[in-house]
Amino acid sequence: MTTQPPESFLELRDLRIHFPTEDGLVKSVDGLSYKLDRGKTLGIVGESGSGKSVTSLGILGLHKGGSAKISGEIWLDGEELVSASADHVRTLRGKKMAMIFQDPLSSMHPFYSVGAQIVEAYRIHNKVSKAVARKHAIDMLGRVGIPQPDRRVDDFPHQFSGGMRQRAMIAMALSCDPELLIADEPTTALDVTVQAQILDLMTDLQREFNSALIIITHDLGVVAELSDDILVMYGGKCVEYGSAEDIFYRPEHPYTWGLLGSMPRLDRDRTERLLPIKGTPPSLINVPSGCAFNPRCAYAGRTEGKSTTQVPELLETEGGHLVRCHMPRAERRSIWDNEIKPMMEST
Amino acid sequence: MPGSDPPGHPGRTIVVAFIVRRVIAAVLMLAVVSMATFAIFFLIPRALGQTPEGMASRYVGRDATPEAIQGAVKRLHLDDPLLVQYGRFVKGIVAGEDYSLGPKKAECPAPCFGFSFNNNQPVWPTLLDRLPATLSLALGAAVLWLVTGVSIGVISALKRGTALDRAAMTIALAGVSLPIYFTGLVSLSVFAYTLGIFPGGGSYTPITQDPVMWFQALVLPWITLAFLYAALYARLTRAGMLETMGEDYIRTARAKGLRERTVVTKHALRATLTPILTIFGLDLGLLLGGAVLTESTFSIQGVGKLVIDAIRGNDLPVVLGVTLFAAFFIVLANLIVDILYAVVDPRVRLS
Amino acid sequence: MRKTNVLALAALGTVLTMGLAACGGTAGGGGSTSPANNGSTGTGNASAAKHNDGYTKVVNPSDAKGGTLKFALTDEPDSADPGNTYYAWNWNFTRLYARPLMTYAAKPGPEGLKLVPDLAEAPGEVSADGKTWTYKLKKGIKYDDGTEVKAADVKYAIARSNFTAELTDGPKYFAQYLDAGDYKGPYKDKNLDDFKGIETPDDYTVVFKLKAPFSEFDFLVANPQSAPVPQAKDTGVDYEKAVASTGPYKFESYEVGKQLNLVRNENWDQATDTTRKQLPDRIEVQYKQNAEDIDNRLIAGQIQVDLGGTGLQPAGRAKVVSNPQLKDSTDNPFTPFNRYAMMSTKVAPFDNVECRKAVQYATDKVATQAPWGGPLGGDIGTTAMTPTTVGYKPFDLYPNGADHKGDLAKAKEALAACGHPDGFSTNIAVRGDRTKEVQVAEAMQASLDRVGIKLTIKKYPSGDWSAQYAGKPDFVHKNNLGIMIAGWGSDWPSGFGFLSQIVDGRAIKPSGNYNMMELDDKSINELLDKGVQTSDAAARNEIWAQVDQKVMESAAFMSFVYEKTLIFRPASLTNAYVHPAWGMYDYTWLGVKQ
Repeated sequence: MTTQPPESFLELRDLRIHFPTEDGLVKSVDGLSYKLDRGKTLGIVGESGSGKSVTSLGILGLHKGGSAKISGEIWLDGEELVSASADHVRTLRGKKMAMIFQDPLSSMHPFYSVGAQIVEAYRIHNKVSKAVARKHAIDMLGRVGIPQPDRRVDDFPHQFSGGMRQRAMIAMALSCDPELLIADEPTTALDVTVQAQILDLMTDLQREFNSALIIITHDLGVVAELSDDILVMYGGKCVEYGSAEDIFYRPEHPYTWGLLGSMPRLDRDRTERLLPIKGTPPSLINVPSGCAFNPRCAYAGRTEGKSTTQVPELLETEGGHLVRCHMPRAERRSIWDNEIKPMMEST
Repeated sequence: MPGSDPPGHPGRTIVVAFIVRRVIAAVLMLAVVSMATFAIFFLIPRALGQTPEGMASRYVGRDATPEAIQGAVKRLHLDDPLLVQYGRFVKGIVAGEDYSLGPKKAECPAPCFGFSFNNNQPVWPTLLDRLPATLSLALGAAVLWLVTGVSIGVISALKRGTALDRAAMTIALAGVSLPIYFTGLVSLSVFAYTLGIFPGGGSYTPITQDPVMWFQALVLPWITLAFLYAALYARLTRAGMLETMGEDYIRTARAKGLRERTVVTKHALRATLTPILTIFGLDLGLLLGGAVLTESTFSIQGVGKLVIDAIRGNDLPVVLGVTLFAAFFIVLANLIVDILYAVVDPRVRLS
Repeated sequence: MRKTNVLALAALGTVLTMGLAACGGTAGGGGSTSPANNGSTGTGNASAAKHNDGYTKVVNPSDAKGGTLKFALTDEPDSADPGNTYYAWNWNFTRLYARPLMTYAAKPGPEGLKLVPDLAEAPGEVSADGKTWTYKLKKGIKYDDGTEVKAADVKYAIARSNFTAELTDGPKYFAQYLDAGDYKGPYKDKNLDDFKGIETPDDYTVVFKLKAPFSEFDFLVANPQSAPVPQAKDTGVDYEKAVASTGPYKFESYEVGKQLNLVRNENWDQATDTTRKQLPDRIEVQYKQNAEDIDNRLIAGQIQVDLGGTGLQPAGRAKVVSNPQLKDSTDNPFTPFNRYAMMSTKVAPFDNVECRKAVQYATDKVATQAPWGGPLGGDIGTTAMTPTTVGYKPFDLYPNGADHKGDLAKAKEALAACGHPDGFSTNIAVRGDRTKEVQVAEAMQASLDRVGIKLTIKKYPSGDWSAQYAGKPDFVHKNNLGIMIAGWGSDWPSGFGFLSQIVDGRAIKPSGNYNMMELDDKSINELLDKGVQTSDAAARNEIWAQVDQKVMESAAFMSFVYEKTLIFRPASLTNAYVHPAWGMYDYTWLGVKQ
């Protein structure tokens, strides 16, 4: 069967990434599909272990050659990457698509200077002299807002502050003008004020390069301002997808409600959770039968018993807004409007 | 945080100050080591009721007459107080010492570490005489084990869980647990006495005398000694490599689009090798103080063989000489490792 | 010269023959199993040699010259200086470059225990009062530099080796026996004329002046200390690096503790020497070699001789014993050592002879033989003197069963007579770092337990064993050491050489004592005195046998084994025979096949 290349710049079709382990098959990503265009930003939200990071590493092809079993399709700018050779995908990495990792201290090599690491990234894909690459590295450091970049270029990661390191990481990722930029928890390790600066920087740069941006986070607050679309992942699957407005103003999945409820707000103590999600994320080996969220769902009783027997489908509720829930749409809306929303507003 | 010194290139003054401090510490340490050796040799036997005559009786013939024993006591100064003994030792190192060999005095110019109680040979020339054998053995084996151990460790880590990895680690386990005495004798028995490929024990020849024989005679000792260490280093490297390959910065390197080979050699290996380099420096320093078992097994007249025989023969001056010699190498190795570490790992500062 | 006791020699012969018969060797018979050994000399078929052949005859006789004879040693000598060494193997080896006044005949078996003149023309002439011994030197004997040996050199050699504080490694018998007054030795007193213990009326006459008659003086001058040393060449302790050679070989190079290389001494004249050969071109000795590796190199033929003569290690032993062809390349000679227990006559209840007898009867001697290596490690002993000692007579006063496993009935009788019918408890002292001796103590513990004698094993370090522990009677009494395990090998193979230090009551010392049983029997002391004054060898040897008898009657001495070694002679070794005086090959006879 030949599948047609999609119109979108990036499209995932039924992507599955499974890891065989001694304890069983870990279904980290289990049938994920989405699209993203140039210049657009997608926020992927979910708890740790929901499959967010595995998906993005899968796009970069970093699971190739390992033990992972990958099926489905990843289309990037008209090319299918799941079936492409590992070496071909490697040539795209860093150039066509790049990633900004969380925790830049551990994500940068401690023995090489920041400049050297940017130079390395640049020279993989650009046949230039070291001197040219170094100048480029200084430029990049300047562009991400590092003062005196010509001096700091020879500093080592441990000599940078946390925010500076994240900027350097961004400079490294952007050094080859990638068309797809994936930022994995880019601000988790940072102070709130620095967080905002970094997020601003990323959107500025995205606009400048007109690249597609994926921001992965467990924190809805981070993606609230930046994202065009938001994808909520749970247990390796998409449970809700929609525009930022859909997700923030008309969320229909109980898990999304939980995430919204646990969103830290500037006027509150970070640690205070309004609607804490009970229980722990599901095992990806023995996924709960039926709806994966059912053991933690306060509304599982309203599904006419389907919650533990049938896996709910991801269905469009209205205008590209997709939800994976057994509850009838009317009931979901009514719960949001009448129970959840007033509670959040009242506090 | 922007430092006054460019990192990775410790300033010259810092290095010099560091070396000076360490040299002073080293001299103090050598003094302590020598005092401790003295104390073990003199204080403990005396505390256990040993008399100077009892000690002297070890260095004279069987059934020696009381006069002969008294002579030995006087000649070896065994009846002097400990501090006087130690003072004489220090003086000998600084100013040299004379010694009665019979019709005339023997001169022992500084640095004089004294004369063997057992065969009356001056210690310092003996040490210098034994050093090339130990150097040849230790350095050759070190190159061998570093190259093989690290390669096997890296391959094992990259092929983790495969038959290759399991085979390598089984052999490594054997290498770590089999005593050199055993592997040495077996290798001699097979390769020297049955197959006749290499010369047998006791055939070490200085490189200056016969380079071909030097090499041939050292092949089995090198392999035997390197086998133990290579096994150790393979396990260390494998563990370190596995840990490093799981580091975030390796993922970053891959995400940049680096070839896997570059990721392994430039990023993973460098981080893995740094702690191994430290251990390597100390291991080598220790070995230069004498590869006791290998030298004994292959009858190589090196520093290790010298010291083990001296300990058995209660030969204080030789034991003292080798102890200081070995301590010196360990201190030196430590110093070099610390400096190297600061060069290799920019997070480390000399202090 | 003295005659050797015919009876004793006959007895020795019997023992040697029994040893051979037990090993089942049929000399000279059988086909060759290793064809590589057809030497060009045509003197005998080497490969036909059987186990222990080297004990009774010369194996691989050959007069072929040339080649390099290689020795290896686990240790290093105390000194290569013939005047400053006390190792039996080195007394054998130094004869390659140092000729004493007398030496042992170059013969296997009992004949080898006879002394023959070496540097001297004839055995010593003793004066009527027994206190003056005169030796005439052969004329024309030269050092390796061509200068002639003079009587004064012999005198000087003895002066330096016995009267200086620097040369401490050798024995001091001459200082003990010579009437030298308070001579200070040649290093303090440069005038040799002040040494009155020896006179040299002319260049070829050496006259020894003794304090008291000593009938075995010929044995003393067979010691390498009587080999001449030119005063001008003496460098004291360092003389070992450049010994002036009188033997068939001379020093080529010597690295102390590492290697000694000898080459032919062209100034040695076979015509003056009845006991040595000069076959190999070179002799190389490696010191400080790994013991197991020495065995492997011997078996592989890379070296010819284990210089120490202590025999194969357990691994090598197991290897050759299981292989008949290899076993035929071994000999199993007696060493000069007796391995024994002494019971302290001063520690109760061993102050009662009956209690000592109980131990003699109750000990399972097969069990106490095992740690030495079983029959290959030694024959079960019943006397103080060993079979290769001149004067030895076999007897057994305490037959402990036909199988030597103990006669418990007799033991109980003795216990009853001693007043301890149910046994008693005592301590047994061993050198804790000597595994074999510890195992023997354990075997005794098990043996004696059968009659109610409870032993507690006390381990002491061997370094201070004689200075601080078993050799210190005070310590023995204070710690109730009833039984002590020890061994003794004599400096010369006569009854006196063997017995004087260990059974003479006047040899008991407050420290460094070897008469650990503290046996002070007037009749024994008198017999020893009588012996050294008896110039007739046969009569003298009869006296040593009586001493042995009396010692055993005291029951304080109990022999475990007359020690034996298993030594290997590679096919490349020619002229190999076990010399009875050393219990190893005669190093001055050996040659090497090329």
